[in-house]
Amino acid sequence: MSSVQPGSAAVQVERVSRRFGATLALDQVSIDIMPGEFLTLLGPSGCGKTTLLNVIAGFVEPDSGEISLSGKRITHAPPYLREIGMVFQNYALFPHMTVSENIAFGLKMRGIVGAEASTRVKQALEMVRLPGVADRRPRQLSGGQQQRIALARALVINPRLILLDEPFSAIDKNLRAEMQVELKQIQKQVGVTTVFVTHDQSEALSLSDRIAVMSGGSIQQLARPSDLYRDPVNSFVASFIGDVNRLPCSILENPPSPGAFFWNGQVFSIRAERIRHRGGSPVLFVRPDALRLVEANDPASNLGAVTVKGHVYQGTHVDVLIEGGGESIRVREPFEALTNWPIGAHAGLHADFDQCLIFGA
Amino acid sequence: MDRFLDYILKTLVALTLIYVTLPSVVVVITAFGDKALMMFPPDAWSTRWFVRAIQYEDFRLGIVNGLIITSWTTWIAVVIGTCSAFAIERFSFPGKSILEAILASPLVIPHFTMGVGFLILASGLSLSRSYGVAIACHVVLVLPFVMRSVYVSLKNIDPALERAAASLGARPMTVFLRINLPLLAPGVAGGALMAAILSFNEFTATLFVTGQNTQTLPVAMYTYIREYADPTMAALSAMMIAATTLFLIVVNRWLGLEKILAIDSSHHR
Repeated sequence: MSSVQPGSAAVQVERVSRRFGATLALDQVSIDIMPGEFLTLLGPSGCGKTTLLNVIAGFVEPDSGEISLSGKRITHAPPYLREIGMVFQNYALFPHMTVSENIAFGLKMRGIVGAEASTRVKQALEMVRLPGVADRRPRQLSGGQQQRIALARALVINPRLILLDEPFSAIDKNLRAEMQVELKQIQKQVGVTTVFVTHDQSEALSLSDRIAVMSGGSIQQLARPSDLYRDPVNSFVASFIGDVNRLPCSILENPPSPGAFFWNGQVFSIRAERIRHRGGSPVLFVRPDALRLVEANDPASNLGAVTVKGHVYQGTHVDVLIEGGGESIRVREPFEALTNWPIGAHAGLHADFDQCLIFGA
Repeated sequence: MDRFLDYILKTLVALTLIYVTLPSVVVVITAFGDKALMMFPPDAWSTRWFVRAIQYEDFRLGIVNGLIITSWTTWIAVVIGTCSAFAIERFSFPGKSILEAILASPLVIPHFTMGVGFLILASGLSLSRSYGVAIACHVVLVLPFVMRSVYVSLKNIDPALERAAASLGARPMTVFLRINLPLLAPGVAGGALMAAILSFNEFTATLFVTGQNTQTLPVAMYTYIREYADPTMAALSAMMIAATTLFLIVVNRWLGLEKILAIDSSHHR
């Protein structure tokens, strides 16, 4: 968790809880979001990320806890007084208004009309690179265009915070990557603090300054994308972010060296700090890119002998499926592995133990 | 085989059309008969019954009364129906399902019962058979249709639109006036049209709640046909058919009937 002096954060969420019937949607959630930060709430459906977004927006009241925006308590303020822009999953453009009326709506609510309003609407349309659509109706625009208008509408009011609720989920895959780059550029250019909700981990990894991984109504880990991938705090985060091999192992009671574990009839050692097992049976978490195939007699072969069972070609690389110690394991290799390590080949397996972690499962 | 089916289908459609339009055609033809007795087909032709229908005082009064009752009924039913549909769709409150059931009950309770009920109620409160009683009765009768029409439109509005407006700074009343109401307009207009047609043509309940001075056209027509058997009724009916057709053509030109009757809802998500 970040250590922030109270008051310096753009948004402070303090011990927020919310129950819906029998489900605890949010359980004592706290986050500090820095000014200008792009923070992502990431998790599977039902993890509480959307509820948290709705609590920040003011659409859902928390049962307990506090929300502050720029140091001011807004826990019980109605949404229309919060000065928070929001982009919805289906864009929620007003179908009975033109594009420029949609964008001008928030300005009108603030008493900004006439020349100033039209200048700002024009600037907003230029910012999202759609200067020619002012007089069209939302339904005459493509999904990607509607999304940009929704973003322009949310940003034109100069909000203190912008909330994005799975804005790319309805856009087709080819366009999505392009839209992501554009969103990131606009966000940096405007410098607005952003909270982004998604269940798509690759989207989260590519866009965010920090990611809060949520599950069961609480934040499992809040960290920069690279730290989340390399240094997950628990098995949920390790499994949710990126691909991972899970190898059941056992931890030695009287280790020959600190951090030794036993797998596949052999004893291995790992830095004590990498053993994060608290209860449950220990499992070695190792990412496909922390593994490497070597010749069977190579001294680098530190996880023993394995057999190649298949290949999953991924364009830039290939995932070699191997069997070792009774487990099916995925190893990420350059695409030459297709010929170098054919199906049925015997190989040695090298693991970078500094990238491995042991959690209880 | 396919051609055979096609043939059957076409015949069926033709028969249906004939079946639906035949009574109107017969009435219109009968209206032009010369004898003081309704006859089909007439053996001599005249337009004098049209003149009589227009000049007959009770019919004129009936139309005026009908328009007064219908216009008040429509306004009141639209306001109450829209608000109740909104409340039922968007909020949960104790007694919601009871309210829904009560508002829908005129669909299953015979109009006769409604009319008698209002009559007894009115005399119990020693109210005369004034416009007020007739309007109150008609509002109750048409309310389920208005509500249903608004309710369907409301269901088609994405709740995220309200949230989007709120996040942009719109207070709840502004959200209702600028977002919900314009999007509900086709549903409200459809409900109003339905209410107006039903109210203007309502007979069974109206018979009980109107008196000599407040009787509507259907009631006046009923009274007339009990005393005379000449084609005046047919002539009046022919004119009503013409008027209704004209009205629907105008509405269709201006607003688009399929939009109002919610046949085409493709413009909504």
